[in-house]
Amino acid sequence: MLLRKIRIPLAILAFASITWLFIDFTGLAHGYVGWLARLQFLPAVLALNAVTVLALVVLTLIFGRIYCSVVCPLGVMQDGIAHLHPRGKHKAGRYVYSPERRWLRLTVLALFIVAVVAGIGSLVALLAPYSSYGRMAANLLRPVWLAGNNVLAGISEQNGNYDFYAVDIWIRSMPTFIIAAVTFVVIAILAWRGGRTYCNTICPVGTVLGYLARFSFLRVCFDAEKCRSCSKCAQACKASCIDFKNKTVDYTRCVACGNCLDQCSFGALKYGRPAAAAPAAGEGSGAADPASRRAFLIGASLATTTAALAQVKLKTDGGLAAIEDKVAPKRQTPLTPPGSLSADNMASHCTGCQLCVAQCPNDVLRPSTGLLTIMQPTMSYERGYCRPECTRCSDVCPTGAIRPIGRDVKSATQIGHAVWIKENCIPLTDGVSCGNCARHCPVGAITMVPSDADNPLSPEIPAVNESRCIGCGACENLCPARPLSAIYVEGHEVHKTI
Amino acid sequence: MNRRNFLKYMAAGAAATAPAAALVTACKPGDKNGGADALTTGAAGTMTMRRNPNSGDLVSILGYGMMRLPMLPEGIKPDPVTGPFDQKMINRQVDYAIAHGVNYFDTSPVYCQGLSERCTGIALKRHPRDKYYIATKLSNFDRELWTLSESKAMFENSLRELQTDYIDYLLLHSTGNGSRDEQGNDISGLDACRQRFLDNGLCDWLVEQKTLGRIRNLGFSWHGDYRAFEYLLQLHDEGRYHWDFVQIELNYLDWFYANEINSSNVDAVTLYSELEKRGIPAVIMEPLLGGRLANVNDDIAAELKQRDPEASIASWAFRFAGTPEGVLTVLSGMTYMEHLEENVATYSPLHPISADDHEFLMHIAEKIFGQKEIPCTACEYCMPCPYGINIPAIFSHFNRCIREGNIRQSELDPDYRRARRAFLIGYDRSVPRLRQASHCIGCNACTAKCPQKIRIPRELQRIDAYVEKLRLTGETL
Repeated sequence: MLLRKIRIPLAILAFASITWLFIDFTGLAHGYVGWLARLQFLPAVLALNAVTVLALVVLTLIFGRIYCSVVCPLGVMQDGIAHLHPRGKHKAGRYVYSPERRWLRLTVLALFIVAVVAGIGSLVALLAPYSSYGRMAANLLRPVWLAGNNVLAGISEQNGNYDFYAVDIWIRSMPTFIIAAVTFVVIAILAWRGGRTYCNTICPVGTVLGYLARFSFLRVCFDAEKCRSCSKCAQACKASCIDFKNKTVDYTRCVACGNCLDQCSFGALKYGRPAAAAPAAGEGSGAADPASRRAFLIGASLATTTAALAQVKLKTDGGLAAIEDKVAPKRQTPLTPPGSLSADNMASHCTGCQLCVAQCPNDVLRPSTGLLTIMQPTMSYERGYCRPECTRCSDVCPTGAIRPIGRDVKSATQIGHAVWIKENCIPLTDGVSCGNCARHCPVGAITMVPSDADNPLSPEIPAVNESRCIGCGACENLCPARPLSAIYVEGHEVHKTI
Repeated sequence: MNRRNFLKYMAAGAAATAPAAALVTACKPGDKNGGADALTTGAAGTMTMRRNPNSGDLVSILGYGMMRLPMLPEGIKPDPVTGPFDQKMINRQVDYAIAHGVNYFDTSPVYCQGLSERCTGIALKRHPRDKYYIATKLSNFDRELWTLSESKAMFENSLRELQTDYIDYLLLHSTGNGSRDEQGNDISGLDACRQRFLDNGLCDWLVEQKTLGRIRNLGFSWHGDYRAFEYLLQLHDEGRYHWDFVQIELNYLDWFYANEINSSNVDAVTLYSELEKRGIPAVIMEPLLGGRLANVNDDIAAELKQRDPEASIASWAFRFAGTPEGVLTVLSGMTYMEHLEENVATYSPLHPISADDHEFLMHIAEKIFGQKEIPCTACEYCMPCPYGINIPAIFSHFNRCIREGNIRQSELDPDYRRARRAFLIGYDRSVPRLRQASHCIGCNACTAKCPQKIRIPRELQRIDAYVEKLRLTGETL
């Protein structure tokens, strides 16, 4: 059938493209396929992207839940897993019709809408299908992709060319990693056993689109006269939505895959206009309302252990001094990337898909571990800092949690400000001149001044002009004090332009 | 060795070419009892030897520098005795060297994270003691060790590590190098030399050890402050001390350009003629400038190959360093077997540089000088940087990019993206991010230690600024 022939290649293409988007580290993918993330239903709703939402609604009203079969990467992933299952003794398939679990679906949807409205980002992120997939791709598949790349990079280095370069592989947040792994295992088991179980019982997007699809223009219809109740169509239906005995299809669950059409030997099923349709009133859909404000965490006093590098006794030459890993300071207010406008905006729009985290080329973004904001991106500067030339997270974010921002605007956007920790500062602890923070501040917000105002020759310490500081973290990242820097960035709840 | 002697050996060598071929295996280096003069010129396939006029030692023109010993591959557990160094490989290479006539091994208590003497001792102990000469040094890097008693302990420890009871060539190490006192004030090279080697009575003690036969030749190596060089030679002229040999940096780039590269350095030609005037044999270090004269750009490589298509790039530098007749031996820190094999071939025998060749190499030197590479020889005296920076690796990457034409001043320059990619990817490959120039705080702990007088922090910050400029022109590589 034509439907399947078109659907399968399109689905594979879309799935591969989105996957590439999540595992890519070169920054090339989002230029080509970044729009696919924006095409996702929930991100589009949260981004208040009316054109996309309307287009998806119209698409569903015409073709049914074709979105779930082609555009949604989680849906396609389940199809892939189910496809691997041996069909057993039934030639047509292994599925059986099951009645709709309407209360479960509606309850989950209601909970989800409440979570979105109330800004409970963690619940939103757990349920959103695209984000679930993104999390799996970014946490489980990406490391494999990077490891493969690093093997090629090793070969490339040996051959003296620059075709591949090695990248760091690290787990950005253990809770997020575990959530991604558990989600994958649960959904994979559900798909293996029953096809689209997740989509038709839990997925809030599936429920919304499902109730729209009830009124779709084209749909799978029975020709009762031709049907001989052989049950092949029901066996092939991964959505378990064909009740061949009563010759009905549950359109809220049908994902318009077309598998049943191929199975019917009697021409009793067709994809087209039903003989008699009964249009009814619309269904409430997940709306994007601004979230309520979130009280960000209570300050914990800054543990400022003196952190000078242990000086190696210089009796011999050669070798390398050990470098201690940096430890993240306790920020009273978490940092959110330029373009996210405010902690509120982030919390109310982000679905925790991990695209920005995966794409961040400076290893700055990582999933938050906060109870309400879990899996939403937060920043820290132990491995790198928010470099002035980069706006990638804002380029890739599909939900409007990080709005597109130009380099010029970014360099004038204050997301936090630098705080100096006297106890850690190397000129005072080691008695050497430093000034590495001032040397690397991209906006010139740091001036080195004598630590003793009366003695111009005293060791120089950084003086931060907070009004010019944009919070990029160059100072914190490049500060020689370890494990805790002598200068760190404290976040702002609301970004401002300086 | 003076000119007359050299000519005499030349003549003898020419006369003895045919029979000498038979001596390849028969005549072992270290045979001090004559009968080997024919070898000084080196017959085909035989290492050229030079006679030390002071002790009569017959020394191979190729000396083994034990400063760049081979290391175990990354990921292999360091040995409890020899640390990260590959003793098996060191043994093999020392065996090869000795089998092919090399008989001068130069080490120091500070080389290779302080393990060079030990590794050298282990490798040499497997050969008869009269087959080779050991050179080691009294190093001067830590002011705590500047006292006479600490110096004596250092010397005794060298004997222990080298598993011997006498040192053939003992050097005051790096005599022109400055230092810093506890308050962080700079001590000039001359003052450091006096305080470290003379005022504390160390030199007198060493002369005593020489009369006791625990030291056979006493000399010094020099870098940096020329006043220290002059001062030590003045002591020689006045008869207070007698230097049996002096170790200097000599190569075709430093011959005339050392001073132009860094105004506080002295051209090798000046240093050498001061020694020649006094008949003091010269031991040559940095003949290859830490490999910089072997890694030249394609243009220069082509020119060298055109002149002699069969000679390696490095062989020009070795021939140049070995040509002056007052050169006793040319030290090369041969990390890899192939370096050793190649250098043995170059010097078996040495074909001295002709006047024409000399002019040609001066022209090459001018070209290399024109590239403005950072004159780092990767000696690692500056290391370890207390803040973990890999200084030589950063300089080496930068120099490589200069040689390969991958430096761009402006985004509008041709081929900018490719050059940028090569620079940035190559940078991350050569130096892990945490050890890159952006982490240099300018504490200046390294500056006084650099024998090339490179203003290391300034150069690192210059490279960092360049990297920053490259990074700012795009978020992808």
